[in-house]
Amino acid sequence: MSAHLRITAAGPLVSVQDAGRFGFARFGVTASGPMDRLAYRAANAALGNRLDAAAIEVSLGGLRLDCLAGPISLAVAGAGFIVETDQAFGSWQVLTLAAGQSLTLRRGPWGSWCYLAVAGELKAPLWLGSHATHGSSGKGGGLVTAGMDLQIESPRVVGPDRALPCPVFARPRHRLHVTLGPQDRCFAPETLQAFLSSPFSLTAAGNRMGVRLAGPDIAPNVALTMPSEPIARGSVQVAGDGVATLLLADHQTTGGYPKIATVLDCDLDAAAQLRPHDAIGFTALTPAEAVARARLYAASTESYLAALAAAVTPLSS
Amino acid sequence: MSLYPIFRAVAEQAVLVEFGDAITAQAHRAVLHLDAMLADHPCLGFREATPAFVNLLVRFDPILTDHAAIETDLRRLIARPALQTRAQTQREVQVCYDAELAPDLPEVARRSGLSPEAVIAAHLAGDYTVFLYGFAPGYAYLGGVRAELQLPRKDTALRDVPAGSVIIAGAQCIVTTLMMPTGWWIIGRSPTAILQDDPARPFLFDVGDAVQFRRISRAEFEAAR
Repeated sequence: MSAHLRITAAGPLVSVQDAGRFGFARFGVTASGPMDRLAYRAANAALGNRLDAAAIEVSLGGLRLDCLAGPISLAVAGAGFIVETDQAFGSWQVLTLAAGQSLTLRRGPWGSWCYLAVAGELKAPLWLGSHATHGSSGKGGGLVTAGMDLQIESPRVVGPDRALPCPVFARPRHRLHVTLGPQDRCFAPETLQAFLSSPFSLTAAGNRMGVRLAGPDIAPNVALTMPSEPIARGSVQVAGDGVATLLLADHQTTGGYPKIATVLDCDLDAAAQLRPHDAIGFTALTPAEAVARARLYAASTESYLAALAAAVTPLSS
Repeated sequence: MSLYPIFRAVAEQAVLVEFGDAITAQAHRAVLHLDAMLADHPCLGFREATPAFVNLLVRFDPILTDHAAIETDLRRLIARPALQTRAQTQREVQVCYDAELAPDLPEVARRSGLSPEAVIAAHLAGDYTVFLYGFAPGYAYLGGVRAELQLPRKDTALRDVPAGSVIIAGAQCIVTTLMMPTGWWIIGRSPTAILQDDPARPFLFDVGDAVQFRRISRAEFEAAR
C-alpha cells in the first residue's frame, strides 16, 4: 500500500532533506540537511516519525500538490506559511489528505522555510546513506519539481487534524551569538569592535549555501594568503572586499577566506528563518558560555519535540 | 617550545587544531597523525574530523564534552607516537593530453618556457599526494606539481569546465568531478572516476594517498569513459 502525491507547482530550492549527510566533509561533501532543523524535526515528531525521516523542505516559492492515492497524514512546520486544502491553515499543522484533495503551501507573514513531513516512508534517492539533497551536485533526494510524483510507502493516518504549538525559539532570531574567530587575528581591533557593535542586514544574495550580509566594511587587515582550511556551518567569512557571508546548510567544505566569527549552531535554525533585508547583530560569547547556551537549547527543543511525539494517536496503518 | 598546536574554538561545536600557518610537510604530517589517532581512538563526544593542509577541524557534541575537555583529549592523542607508519597507498589516475581535452596546454607551455611535450612529461613526473578534499565532492587537492609547472591561477574563471578535467595551479593539481567553473589551467582529461558508485568505497582516494598519473591516448580515453 502506498500513497501518491503529484507535485503540480514548486518554487526554486524545494528539495528532499533528511537530518543531513555526516562524516563525508573529509571528501568534500558538506552535510546539507534542513536549513531549519528544529522545524524539520518538529514536522516529523508531530507524525510519530523518526526525527531524521526524509521530508520536503519548502522555500518561499511554495509548493502545490494533488493527492492521487491516500489517505495520508502530513505535518507542516516552520515559519508562517499559508497552508490550504479544502480549508485554510497556518504552518504548524497536522492534516490528512484523501485521494482527490490538493494541498498548497505558500509564502505567509513570516519566515523563509517550512517542512512537509509525511506519515509513511517517502521514497527518494539515497547518496552516501542520506536522502538530503546536496546543493551543488543535486545528488541525494534531489529537487522537488512540478510534474514529479512522490510515492510514500506504508502511509498512515495519525488522528484528527491538529494545530501544533510554534515555540518562541522557532521564530526568526535577529541577534546571533558567536564565538570570535577562528581568524579574528586577521582583523584590526576596531574592525572586530565594528562587527560586534554595528547593525547588519541580510541581502537578497542568499541560498542554501549562505547569505551575504550588508553592513560596515569589515575587511581583513592581512593579505589573503592563508591555506584553505575546513569550514563549519555558521562561519562568518569575510572576502577581501570587506563583505561578510554567513555560511549555511550547503556551505563549501573548505575555503581560504578568514572567518571573523562563527554563529552558534543552536542559533542557526532560527537565523535561517530571517528574510532578506531583516536586521541582525552579533554578540560574542566565550566558548564555555556557548556550550552552556547549546545545552539549554537542546533541553528546550528536546522536551518540545517529545511533547509533540507524545500527542500522536495512530488511527490506522 | 613550539607555538603549535593552537586550539581555536569554533562556535559551541568544534575546535580548529592548527599545526602551522604555512603549508609545510611537517605541519601536514601532524594533521594526518592526529586524524589517524582520532579514527583509532575517538574521544568522548567526537563527531567528525576534517583534515586540511595545516589544520584539522574537530566537530564534537557539546552535550557530551566542551572545548577544554576535548583539547585535553586531543593533546593526549597528539603526543601519542604512531604505532606504525601506515604505508602510503598508491593510486593511479589515467590522463589524456589530447589537444581538444587540454585547452590550456599551449599557454602553460608558453608561460613555463617548455614545449607542450615537456609540460606533459613534467606533469607525469610529479610525485603527488592527496592533501585534502575541498570545495566540492571528490575534489582532491593533489600536492606535488613540479616547480617548472607552478603558475598562479588565471585572472578569470572559465565556466562549465567538464568533469574529469585535470587542472593545475601553483603546487596543486585536481581531477574535477562535476561540471564547474575554474580559474585553474586545464591540461588534460581523465576517465578515472574519483566519485565511485561503490557504497563501500565512494571516493577513490583517502587523504594521504600517493597518486601517479598515467598517460593514455585519445582512443583509450574514449574507450574508458
